[in-house]
Amino acid sequence: MAGVACVEQILKRNPEFDITIFGDETHVNYNRIMLSLVLAGEKSADEIVLNDADWYRSNKIRARLGVKIAGIDRHARIVTDEQGESTPYDRLILATGSKAFIPPIPGVDKDNVHVFRTLDDTHALMAKARKGLKTVVIGGGLLGLEAARGLQVRGCDVTVIHLADSLMERQLDATGGDYLRRRIEGLGIRVMLPRQTAAIMGNGHVDGLRFATGEELKADLVVIAAGIKPNADLGRIAGIEVNRGIVVNDFMETSDPQIFAVGECTEHRGQTFGLVAPLFDQARVLAATITDNRGPVFSAAAPATRLKIMGIDIFSAGATDDKAEGVETVRYEDPALGAYKKLLIKDNRLIGMILVGDVEDEQTYLDWMRSGTDLAPLRRQLLFPPAASDQGLEVADMPDSETICGCNGVRKGDIIHSIHAHGITTMAELKEKTRASTSCGTCAGLCQKLLRAVAPDFQEETKTSLCACVPFSYERLREIVKGQKLKSVEEVLAIYGNRKGCEVCKPALSYMLDMLWCGDHDEDRSARFINDRVHANIQKDGTFSVVPRMRGGVTSPDELRRIADVADKYQIPMVKVTGSQRLDLLGVKKADLPAVWRDLGMPSGQAYAKGVRMVKTCVGTEFCRFGVQDSTNTGIELEARLENLFTPHKFKMGVVGCPRNCAEATVKDLGLIGQDGSWQIVVGGAAGKSVRKADLLVTVETRQEAIEASELFFQYYRENGNYLERSYDFVERLGIEKIRKDTVYAPDEEKRKLLERLHRSKALSHDAWLEGDRPVNPTQFVPIEAIEKAREPQLV
Amino acid sequence: MITQRNWTKITRTENIPPREGRSVKVGSLEIAVFNINGRFLTIENACPHKGGPLCDGMVTGTAVVCPLHGRHFDLETGIPVRASEPSCLAVFPTCVEDGVILVDLDAGHRAFESDAA
Ligand code: SRM
Ligand SMILES: Cc1cc2nc3c(=O)[nH]c(=O)nc-3n(C[C@H](O)[C@H](O)[C@H](O)COP(=O)(O)OP(=O)(O)OC[C@H]3O[C@@H](n4cnc5c(N)ncnc54)[C@H](O)[C@@H]3O)c2cc1C
Ligand code: SF4
Ligand code: FES
Repeated sequence: MAGVACVEQILKRNPEFDITIFGDETHVNYNRIMLSLVLAGEKSADEIVLNDADWYRSNKIRARLGVKIAGIDRHARIVTDEQGESTPYDRLILATGSKAFIPPIPGVDKDNVHVFRTLDDTHALMAKARKGLKTVVIGGGLLGLEAARGLQVRGCDVTVIHLADSLMERQLDATGGDYLRRRIEGLGIRVMLPRQTAAIMGNGHVDGLRFATGEELKADLVVIAAGIKPNADLGRIAGIEVNRGIVVNDFMETSDPQIFAVGECTEHRGQTFGLVAPLFDQARVLAATITDNRGPVFSAAAPATRLKIMGIDIFSAGATDDKAEGVETVRYEDPALGAYKKLLIKDNRLIGMILVGDVEDEQTYLDWMRSGTDLAPLRRQLLFPPAASDQGLEVADMPDSETICGCNGVRKGDIIHSIHAHGITTMAELKEKTRASTSCGTCAGLCQKLLRAVAPDFQEETKTSLCACVPFSYERLREIVKGQKLKSVEEVLAIYGNRKGCEVCKPALSYMLDMLWCGDHDEDRSARFINDRVHANIQKDGTFSVVPRMRGGVTSPDELRRIADVADKYQIPMVKVTGSQRLDLLGVKKADLPAVWRDLGMPSGQAYAKGVRMVKTCVGTEFCRFGVQDSTNTGIELEARLENLFTPHKFKMGVVGCPRNCAEATVKDLGLIGQDGSWQIVVGGAAGKSVRKADLLVTVETRQEAIEASELFFQYYRENGNYLERSYDFVERLGIEKIRKDTVYAPDEEKRKLLERLHRSKALSHDAWLEGDRPVNPTQFVPIEAIEKAREPQLV
Repeated sequence: MITQRNWTKITRTENIPPREGRSVKVGSLEIAVFNINGRFLTIENACPHKGGPLCDGMVTGTAVVCPLHGRHFDLETGIPVRASEPSCLAVFPTCVEDGVILVDLDAGHRAFESDAA
């Protein structure tokens, strides 16, 4: 990562260099930080590529991938690779990173003992991971925890073993480590501390671990993440100065004037590196030095670590030793929130901090620390610093050189420059152009603030996150659910959420599962609103309303008689003609629902569901003297094809036989307007809380084409609409042009796939009222009678 | 202090599916029994707002959301989750013996009485 980052900087300064990049991995430069997301299945290998083959090509860089450098002759200025080929150089950059440190434990050479450093390692782990596999991760630092999470998400039964008394002891204190441990255990990962592994057991193949105490643990897969050590071999071979890492000075020069080094393989003033942020600074400094602009110097700033581990925010900066002379500590803990803050103060100045679970005030604290703010007047507000009255102040206060995105080494100045150079107005564009906030996402807040302050036409993000229980955007969640093959709400909440869920996310997730798996998922009734558990609409007195399906608003004398009989038999207080061309039986007791449905002998009209409501029709060519299309039968056919399906919000349709529009098709989610010889398909209409005239999707000639266009839009909305987003908001959010492109104008193959998914869902759907005779549990409709004779309850 | 419990047998555990509630009429009051993944909790069924049937509410963690207007109540204490709401619910001691849910109908308890008349 650091090597190519440096090349990018070199190209900015002097595109005339003739560059060859050797790498012993076969992949183009990718974002190593995101390997954990690949392991967890949240990203594909393609999505973490930083520089694709085109980049190498268009910058005239020779890429030699899968080629390991074996020798350096610095007097002849030649490197030789393992195949024995030599390549001369004028200047040489070593950016060999580091290697996984493998502790000298007997048995580390067995099958199924892995490390986690490269894409190939990640693929190897992915190949072995499976449900219930007993997996042990040795090492409770960043890498170990990330590996643990990725494997657990793949269904492995994961235990993390750590040598120290608490997790991530280098960044956190014991209490902070404990908070992290509790959150991780809450996600279902076992943590054992402190444990020293004495041996990895098994005959060729791992079957367990033995600890120094003699205790044993079963294991089918072991991942060693016990630390890293700089990969300085080439420095040694070349005969330049090497301690733990390749020694570099402030200009990133080694002891040989033609050889330079960057990244984790380096050692600068006695310090080596394990996180990426300072490495990007090194890359910038080296680019200046090597292009004859020697001047900028590298200094490893006060270490500030910003990490997101398993979705838990962690920030630590400055001093950590709270026992030191004159140091006071101020702390705040909230076990229920999983939040821990500790500030180290000396002489009324902030000198260090640890934040776990709540990092919102990180920037304010950093400012205090860096500017040496006198905290005496702020003592009462230390743990909850007041929000700046000027919201832009925080970013205005930062120097341009300050790194905003630690993962990708993007500084404030770079972002401002890009905003102006590319006319960036949204977070999505900012991510694309600068890569800021594309890795762990901790700096998203800062980027957002910067955009708001700098971009003239800033637009708030339209991708909203579902809710605090599962803090991902709908798009992301759809990818996760699909990628991870998650099939129940409980599973999604257990792995990606807070295990509880709420009335916002549970129905949304239920919908998403139903839609993505075309109905082939584990339906969890408890995650549904009562209406969807009993298939009727709850009324203010706890009774329900029953609206049978009356396709196209057409009924018959026989149906009307049955409705009348049911109303009499069950003493239904009101029968009403609804605004949707059908009849509503209001005030039905829950216990009577199954019998009412049975006696009606009509399917559910789904009047309670976020699903297909009705198709309102007019009389059309059958009777109307102006009718030019058969609206009634077209409407009935459309309703029959889509009924029983669920949608992000309720979905109402209308079909009219001429532009007089008697069934109000232009204010429906989907409308078909008959013309002489054609049909107009309109979408996104509304006449409820707001009134919106539908947009024209397309005009087609035949009824069959009209139905196909309707189905395309319908399934597209099902797949891309956010839960509770009516079509009128959906169409505005995406824009009708995009919708046309993705539906009626899409390549045939895409259209075929959309329709196929729709038809699969339809085939698996059923009339919910059949549950009246086959309830999903014995008390779905039947009230419970107490076993013992009930007495008058007493309150004490 | 040892409290003598006066248990009444209500229903078998399998009659209340996980994370759902069911109402049971007892004298002039209706109680709602919830199954929080194998733990059973009992509250009075009528929402203090407008009498909504809490047994039909959605369960989130150990709270229930009233199906009519969305007020949240903690099932263990009966206390409204949003502090600004004035009324709480009675909770009844509940246990399970031989697969049957038992409720002490004489020990219903409200954390506080609302000031509102
Ligand atoms: C029964 C009915 C009124 C009537 O007696 O005619 C009705 C009744 C309710 N409507 Fe409606 N709407 C009814 C036709 C309409 C129509 C007219 C139409 O369908 O052509 C509209 C305007 C079109 C539309 O849907 O936008 C309509 C726009 C709404 C809205 C506003 C939706 C919006 O986003 O603009 C709501 C609230 C919501 O969904 O968030 C709503 C919500 C409701 C709810 C479900 C409120 C609730 O959550 O409990 C009412 C249920 C009463 C009950 O207990 O049964 N109802 N509602 C109609 C049932 C139609 C049917 O046969 O299924
Ligand atoms: C799973 C994982 C998660 C991480 N998460 C974070 C995080 O959240 N935040 C953070 O700041 N940092 C994180 N890191 C650390 C970060 O990835 C490294 O700091 C960074 O990649 C170091 O960059 P580099 O260029 O020095 O080394 P590398 O990216 O390792 O690049 C060195 C390259 O040189 C190749 N090479 C070595 N020797 C030779 C040779 N002789 N011939 C040819 N090629 C050779 C190596 O194979 C490698 O491809 C993570 C690391 C891992 C493995
Ligand atoms: S307009 Fe609709 S939601 Fe409002 S009272 Fe009438 S039926 Fe109920
Ligand atoms: S009746 Fe429960 S919230 Fe209104």
